[in-house]
Amino acid sequence: MSDAIVIENVSKWYGDTQVLFDCSARIAKGEVVVVCGPSGSGKSTLIKCVNALEPIQQGRITVAGHTLPAPASTLPGIRARVGMVFQHFELFPHMNVLQNLMFAQLKVLKRAPDAARDKAMGYLQRVGLLAFADKFPGQLSGGQQQRVAIARALCMDPECMLFDEPTSALDPEMVNEVLDVMTGLAAEGMTMVCVTHEMGFARKVAHRVIFMDAGRIFDDCSSSDFFTNAGTRSERAGKFLSSVIK
Amino acid sequence: MNYDWNWLVFLQATIDGGSRYAWWMLSGFGLTVLIALAAWVLALALGVGLGVARTLPSVALRVPVVLYVEVFRNIPLLVQLFFWYYIAPVLLLPATLQEAVNAAHPVLVQTLTAILCLGLFTAARVCEQVRAGIEAQPRGRFNAAHALGLTRYQAYRHVILPMAFRVVLPPLTSEFLNVFKNTAAVLAIGLLELTARSRQVGEFTGHIFEAFIVATALYFIVAQVVGHAMRRLELRLALPGHTGGSDA
Amino acid sequence: MNYAFDWSVIPQALPFLAQGMALSLALLAVSLVGGLALGIVLALMRLSSNRWLAGIAGAYVSVFRSIPLVLAIFWFYLLVPMVISAVRGQATPIGPMYSAFAAFVAFEAAYFCEVIRAGIQSIPRGQTSAAQALGLTRMQAMRHVILPQALRVVTPLILSKAIIIFQDTSLVYVISVSDFLGAATKIGQRDSRLIELYLFAGTVYFLMCFAASRFVEHRTSKKVIA
Repeated sequence: MSDAIVIENVSKWYGDTQVLFDCSARIAKGEVVVVCGPSGSGKSTLIKCVNALEPIQQGRITVAGHTLPAPASTLPGIRARVGMVFQHFELFPHMNVLQNLMFAQLKVLKRAPDAARDKAMGYLQRVGLLAFADKFPGQLSGGQQQRVAIARALCMDPECMLFDEPTSALDPEMVNEVLDVMTGLAAEGMTMVCVTHEMGFARKVAHRVIFMDAGRIFDDCSSSDFFTNAGTRSERAGKFLSSVIK
Repeated sequence: MNYDWNWLVFLQATIDGGSRYAWWMLSGFGLTVLIALAAWVLALALGVGLGVARTLPSVALRVPVVLYVEVFRNIPLLVQLFFWYYIAPVLLLPATLQEAVNAAHPVLVQTLTAILCLGLFTAARVCEQVRAGIEAQPRGRFNAAHALGLTRYQAYRHVILPMAFRVVLPPLTSEFLNVFKNTAAVLAIGLLELTARSRQVGEFTGHIFEAFIVATALYFIVAQVVGHAMRRLELRLALPGHTGGSDA
Repeated sequence: MNYAFDWSVIPQALPFLAQGMALSLALLAVSLVGGLALGIVLALMRLSSNRWLAGIAGAYVSVFRSIPLVLAIFWFYLLVPMVISAVRGQATPIGPMYSAFAAFVAFEAAYFCEVIRAGIQSIPRGQTSAAQALGLTRMQAMRHVILPQALRVVTPLILSKAIIIFQDTSLVYVISVSDFLGAATKIGQRDSRLIELYLFAGTVYFLMCFAASRFVEHRTSKKVIA
């Protein structure tokens, strides 16, 4: 099995403060990996390093056939091949849903408008929001916005998808509609790295769980292993799980 | 560029032999400062009163204030200046006072007119800023003051205005700087404030660049000094736990 | 009050006054378009990581925001003919109008720079991250995602400032440009009816600015409700 993402001995500083300590992990093609841990553990930071939204000072990341750190001029091209979904959706409020989905296809991938539109409509249908094509983000609920955001990332035909706490900003009744989309994606074999607190999703869908605390990776095992043996594998993981699962 | 720079021109004696050009510049600066400060005092006194009145429940107080603000904010400063200088004496003063004005020293009349005009113009803007500062106070604060039995006057004086003042300090500071800059407009009625003097020195000596640069530098320095003083005042007035004017 | 009003001069003077008003409005339009364009450039310079660009833009804004508009008008009245003559290689007499346009664009750009800069900084960082995550370059993100949103956010400020700029156009009086106030002054002096003309001019300015500010308030409060 080939690796889609390789993280090797990555350390990162913000100024003088070190936030990531020698993190290493390998994610194979088609794997679904959940990254969890208490707040401030560096999980969001780590995932943002994978698509070079944050620079790393030490170590290497191999993603989408490229190695980071890489020259700034190559970063847009690398990022176009990695999809990312944000906690606060980050749809562009001044464009309607269809324009949000087509925009990067036109400007970055330079696709023909018809091809871009077809792809956009296709993914809109996939996430169940075809009727909302000409609505503006402000007219959508949080769950709908996040599903559009997932479609937007998918329109770029990425090699892998990164999710940064995709349901943390949603009201509880909307969490499931987003998790359903993500579950469907996983079933189709998309390589996914998800920072999330949704342990139900992790247990059912994830192949592996990476547990982080205070900027370090403390555990990296299969998800069944994690959930049954967390207490014995590491004290921190055990404490974290018991605080998250009521 | 074949321009003959000579910064020592300011030390030269003036054409009429009366003084040195540096004094002309200084007198212009002094007049600017005088007009600005006097107009500011007038604007503050009137503007705060108007701003408070604007927030009171009495319609009889609010309507005149609204009219005042709309009139003084929607007419250009220069037009207002011409009104007070050319029109008001003829239309508003009885004949005897008109003669007194005509007989008085022109510079005195021009200066007083400038102060009055700038003061009234700025008072409208101060009024709106004070109003905004008062209306930014959370409703709960009024209620708490009233619940304690304070009269409206006491509530304003001891609870509302002290907090409103902190909110309003930055816009008021930039309003003062506006007054300072607006004094330049009074050269249109013949007052030799800083900008007019720098033009005059430039024309008399042929060294217009030096004169303009000095005037520009003086305005710049005043802006920096006032801005710096305001920041220090803000820091001194800051309450522990408050990062700024807005309430947490 | 013992003044005999004679308003008859005004109807006859209307065509000339209208020309002056056209110039005032043209000055407003050029100030807005030019000032915003230059203001955007300055704002991007101030926000750039290049210290030279940021420093130059910062100094420009500092200076132009400290000096009176009247002084800026005099500066450009002095410099614009010099620059044009230098560029054309020969002495070129040009009217004060071009200096006035240049002065207003340069002066207002400093204000617009600060307004736009604040607008850009108010857009959540997540928007830039999302744009970059899709593979957009910094310039593309700024041009298509951040700047459009920033301009929408600061539109009320720009509209209010436009009304103030319209009033400030009267200051070109000091270099004898025939804007609306200048035209009114000329007629008033020619016919010795300065009082009537100034009262008329004041009323016209008031009506136009009052109507405009009501309109702006209406438009901006509507947006909040939506």
